Amino acid sequence: MNENWTLFKRNLSDFWKAFRRNRLGLAGAFLVITSILVATFAPLLTPHAPSDIIRDEGGHGLTFAPPSVHGPLGTDDAGHDVWSQLVYGARISLMVGFMAGFIAMFVGSLFGILAGYFGGRIDNLLMRITDILLVIPDLPLMLILVATIRQLDLKISPLTVLIAVIGLLYWTSTARLIRSQVLTIKERQFVARARAIGAGHGHIIRKHILPQIMPLIVANTVLILSTAILVESGLAFLGLGDPTQPSWGTMLNFAFDRSAITNGAWWFYLPPGFAIVWVTLGCVLLGNVLEEMLNPRLTAHHLEGDQNMIAVPAKGAE
Amino acid sequence: MSDHAMLEVRDLYKYFPIRQSMLDILLRRPANNVKAVDGVSFDLERGEVLAIVGESGCGKTTIARTLIGLEEQTDGEILFHDELVGAHERRARAGLVPLEAGTVGSSEQKVFPRMSMKRLRQQAQMIFQDPYESLNPRATILEIVAEPLVVHGLARGRDERLERVKTALEEAGLRPAEDYFLRYPHELSGGQRQRVVIASAMVLQPELLIADEPVSMLDVSIRAEILNLLRDLRQRRGVSIVFITHDLSTVAYFADRIAVMYLGRMVETGPAREVLANPQHPYTKALISVIPVPNPRLRRERVILQGETPNPIDLPSGCRFHPRCPVAVEACKVTDPANVLVGENHHAACLLLNVAASPNIASGEAAST
Ligand SMILES: Nc1ncnc2c1ncn2[C@@H]1O[C@H](COP(=O)(O)OP(=O)(O)OP(=O)(O)O)[C@@H](O)[C@H]1O
Ligand SMILES: [Mg+2]
Repeated sequence: MNENWTLFKRNLSDFWKAFRRNRLGLAGAFLVITSILVATFAPLLTPHAPSDIIRDEGGHGLTFAPPSVHGPLGTDDAGHDVWSQLVYGARISLMVGFMAGFIAMFVGSLFGILAGYFGGRIDNLLMRITDILLVIPDLPLMLILVATIRQLDLKISPLTVLIAVIGLLYWTSTARLIRSQVLTIKERQFVARARAIGAGHGHIIRKHILPQIMPLIVANTVLILSTAILVESGLAFLGLGDPTQPSWGTMLNFAFDRSAITNGAWWFYLPPGFAIVWVTLGCVLLGNVLEEMLNPRLTAHHLEGDQNMIAVPAKGAE
Repeated sequence: MSDHAMLEVRDLYKYFPIRQSMLDILLRRPANNVKAVDGVSFDLERGEVLAIVGESGCGKTTIARTLIGLEEQTDGEILFHDELVGAHERRARAGLVPLEAGTVGSSEQKVFPRMSMKRLRQQAQMIFQDPYESLNPRATILEIVAEPLVVHGLARGRDERLERVKTALEEAGLRPAEDYFLRYPHELSGGQRQRVVIASAMVLQPELLIADEPVSMLDVSIRAEILNLLRDLRQRRGVSIVFITHDLSTVAYFADRIAVMYLGRMVETGPAREVLANPQHPYTKALISVIPVPNPRLRRERVILQGETPNPIDLPSGCRFHPRCPVAVEACKVTDPANVLVGENHHAACLLLNVAASPNIASGEAAST
């Protein structure tokens, strides 16, 4: 579809023009993109695997070697290279965060749309579920859930358990947000017009509701990502991560378990903490800016933006 | 074909129940209704333009929404080509009412087949009041105008679809159509948007167009153009139009018949010229007397109605117009007037006309009160 492509390019360039002017948004995008790049190209950024033991000339393992002695970030208690752990840990942290975030986004959007659009009993049921999930404190609930599932010995990778638990617990705020938007959108006249044309529910949701809330979903997803990454770090720090695939949270857990602090090995515990802040801050900045820019109530003003002025009269029409 | 009109509306009622507060329920107060449409009947022939005129809140939009099936009527029948339509049909499909047939008109007890909502909406389209709200802000003009085709699975080929969209846009006065394909509604002026709405309504080449105040949100300077466009479409395509407006001066322009509504009921219906030249109901007279006349010498005496429109929840007793009627008599407070024939095809619902038309009845009634 040739015109779709033209449109897509035009929308993208419009978006970029507006986005480029926003410093916070650019900074957020920079933080997020660099961390994704680091995770993707981890093997190129370090000569060591995270499990390699670094030895000195004498063949002894270097434990708690400060950055001045080894590599950019020194070694941990077992002689592993901290920098390699950090860049490989990015893969785990981001993967868990992104997958959980997308699950939360998907479930939340689906429930929000169904509840808002159809109302009635579906709405009631879904909103009671979200109410219950909202009042139960997340962290204890997740701890119990993850620990219980572990106990069951289901041969599921611990990371999958983490992803599922985070993803299935963090959709409630998205669902509420989307639902309230859908409630207002479905009352608008273009939805009534679509019904009068003869459109069914599926068509109306796909063509009239979704395009209005898509920007909201995108912005919200980015925000959810930051939560998911933070929560993953928290759980991993409490020892619920996968020790064979250490994320940043797991690194922090190791550092505390193995008395990195009493040993003054700041290079062991500061970098993962800093990395977590880096990514979550990036997501929050980017998400807020996207939300601001894409909010359906703030855009589509015909008086906003020079290229959108209606100064072009229809030839032959008026 | 039968001798019936294309669209027949018989005793249409639409009540909106008012949500009761807990206190009302505890005190067992009776549930109230907004009587938005309260017994309306009319016919529409093929190619005819019927103007429904009335003040704000008299139920014009509700009639339109019921005709197209956006609201379910409380009672009454809508017949389109001798088939029952309206949202009743949906319940019929859900098994609450037998689907094959329903009975209409106690006198004839004739059985009519039902028409599915989808088929009705291929043949009848609605134009909404507000062109700024009735277009999806995130769809292009091409998508908007092609949507009815997509929804009904028509013109599946890409070229054919583009061709039909192009024809519709150009017929609606947006030329060259290609310039508009990839634009968004917010890039268009109000008049252009309403043209897009009209193009989208006409792309299926419907037989019936329900236009709910299509020009009231537009700048005065472009109203005439949109009205001209509708008139052209009617001439070229032979489409019937239910034209809803609160402004009598615009209907004089191209309506064949006029129905004047007051508080959910039609108080006067008749051929447009006849109603405008020779209004019978005091409400119609008042409306016509305030139409601006260019020549001050010809200015009639204006009848300014006193008071507010009563709310459609507690309707006045007797004739619903009597509290504001300049010529009301005692009897108007008790008797709800029936429609009387006051000319060829010209009906009005006023007791005083009853008196004039048949003095016997009037004297009998006077004796009884
Ligand atoms: N969904 C609804 N629920 C409750 N009351 C309604 C609803 N829709 C309309 N009404 C009421 O029905 C009456 C008729 O409304 P309607 O919109 O048909 O008037 P209208 O003649 O189109 O007025 P206007 O010229 O302002 O558009 C009004 O009193 C209105 O408040
Ligand atoms: Mg209206």
